[in-house]
Amino acid sequence: MAPPPLPWLKPAVLVGGLAPLALLAFQGAQGTLGANVIEVVLNQTGLIALVFLVLSLACTPAKLLFAWTWPMRLRKLLGLMAFGYAVLHFLTYAVADQGLALGAIVEDIAKRPFITVGFAALMLLVPLALTSTNAAVRRMGFPAWQRLHRLAYVAAALGVVHFIWRVKKDATEPLVYASVLAVLLGIRAIEAIRKRRRARTSPRPA
Amino acid sequence: MSDKKAPEPPSSEITPEQQYLRRREFIKNAGLFVGAAAVVGGGIYLLGMKRTRPMDRYVPDGGGLASLPTANTQGPGPYDTDEKPTPFEDITTYNNFYEFGLDKNDPARNAHTLKTRPWTVTIDGEVHKPQTVDIDQLISWSPLEERVYRMRCVEAWSMVIPWLGLPLGALLKRVEPTSRAKYVAFTTLVDPEQMPGQKRQVLDWPYVEGLRLDEAMNPLTLMAVGLYGKTLPNQNGAPMRLVVPWKYGFKGIKSIVKITLTEQEPPTTWNLSAPHEYGFYANVNPQVDHPRWSQATERRIGEYSRRPTLPFNGYAEQVASLYAGMDLRKNY
Repeated sequence: MAPPPLPWLKPAVLVGGLAPLALLAFQGAQGTLGANVIEVVLNQTGLIALVFLVLSLACTPAKLLFAWTWPMRLRKLLGLMAFGYAVLHFLTYAVADQGLALGAIVEDIAKRPFITVGFAALMLLVPLALTSTNAAVRRMGFPAWQRLHRLAYVAAALGVVHFIWRVKKDATEPLVYASVLAVLLGIRAIEAIRKRRRARTSPRPA
Repeated sequence: MSDKKAPEPPSSEITPEQQYLRRREFIKNAGLFVGAAAVVGGGIYLLGMKRTRPMDRYVPDGGGLASLPTANTQGPGPYDTDEKPTPFEDITTYNNFYEFGLDKNDPARNAHTLKTRPWTVTIDGEVHKPQTVDIDQLISWSPLEERVYRMRCVEAWSMVIPWLGLPLGALLKRVEPTSRAKYVAFTTLVDPEQMPGQKRQVLDWPYVEGLRLDEAMNPLTLMAVGLYGKTLPNQNGAPMRLVVPWKYGFKGIKSIVKITLTEQEPPTTWNLSAPHEYGFYANVNPQVDHPRWSQATERRIGEYSRRPTLPFNGYAEQVASLYAGMDLRKNY
């Protein structure tokens, strides 16, 4: 049996993706994260979650544009890393920032749109993480699984909105993520339209 | 196949070809693994670097104020809190001063370009003695006082800061406000060469803040020129800044070049920029949420759990009467 191609790829992304977390923990322990450590961890985990979510949504466009297949093998890992960092981001908020004050957390989620959309994005990622196994794909059937996993588009869009609404001034950085996401979703939309057109013009089977 | 003339290595030392190839492949894959991991990790680090890069900071020599007369060198005064002051390191590296950048650690890194001497302050408008005065002369108008004040930022963090300064009231009395004076407007320096953050129009420069005259005359209101007994670092608003301890920190305008007494409520920078988030009064009020977060609690810098925020930041006894009859939910 031939060894799997690019055996280093997934472990490299996993280790590279966890390295910023290790660095954050190291800097936290060293006391070099500045005066407001919780704020830094909160911002950093949120940003990394968004980066991985956008990367996971870049795999299919990379295949469509460049005929690369290797990103497709990373899609699940990237998505799970996004989920992992999003959970850490939420836990940092709920445990470290709010001290598990449930009343304040519920009020934040209910009353403050930027927290509402961030929480909604996290909730949308939960079913995707739970159905990320091959067994789940088989059980659900691929078309249904694929439909469900399109929630990632919504989660990423909500994540960007969460970021835009959070900044006090100068939304340049979140708008960069918004633009990248718009391009990635645009490529999918164009492909979907082309596919539909092709299906319409191809001769029907007799 | 074998050459009889050359000594042949024992067969036990010959690497089988398959294993030889596997080893080469392993080394290649290990290299690719390390390279790719570094690209992924490094890329993510770079995207968020401004949040985690180590602190460096501008610290002035601090000797300038030592020779000045100081009123209360003998223990705490009537306005001091007995809470533990926030470390100098945190007070001088965690700053909102958009003239030097938007991140909290930008001011400490960038504020060294500001030249605070010579520096003049123009006092004009509804006063009998309008003038432009040298900062060192202005500082000598009244004995300096150390005031250990709580500071509450609108972003829900707080500090305890030992300021050194003179009461604003003493300064204003000196220029004799006219009977028409109802408000005081303050203006920060505009000079993009000295204040690189002003090269971007994130706010309408210059930064402007204002107080009602009675707020300005309240004994708590301080013009700070020092911190921890030393000259005020640039990132904290050198050479002179406003400190109004019962209001959110953004009222404390920094690096003041102009004080104008007016009849009308002056327009103020954050209020113009986002009026539904930052009111003119900006009194610390746990009952009035910021649209994006609750103001009921705060994190004292250096502590992990939140503490309840007090009305008027704990100074209600001294200042609540200033707002008698006003609806502080509307006049936030």
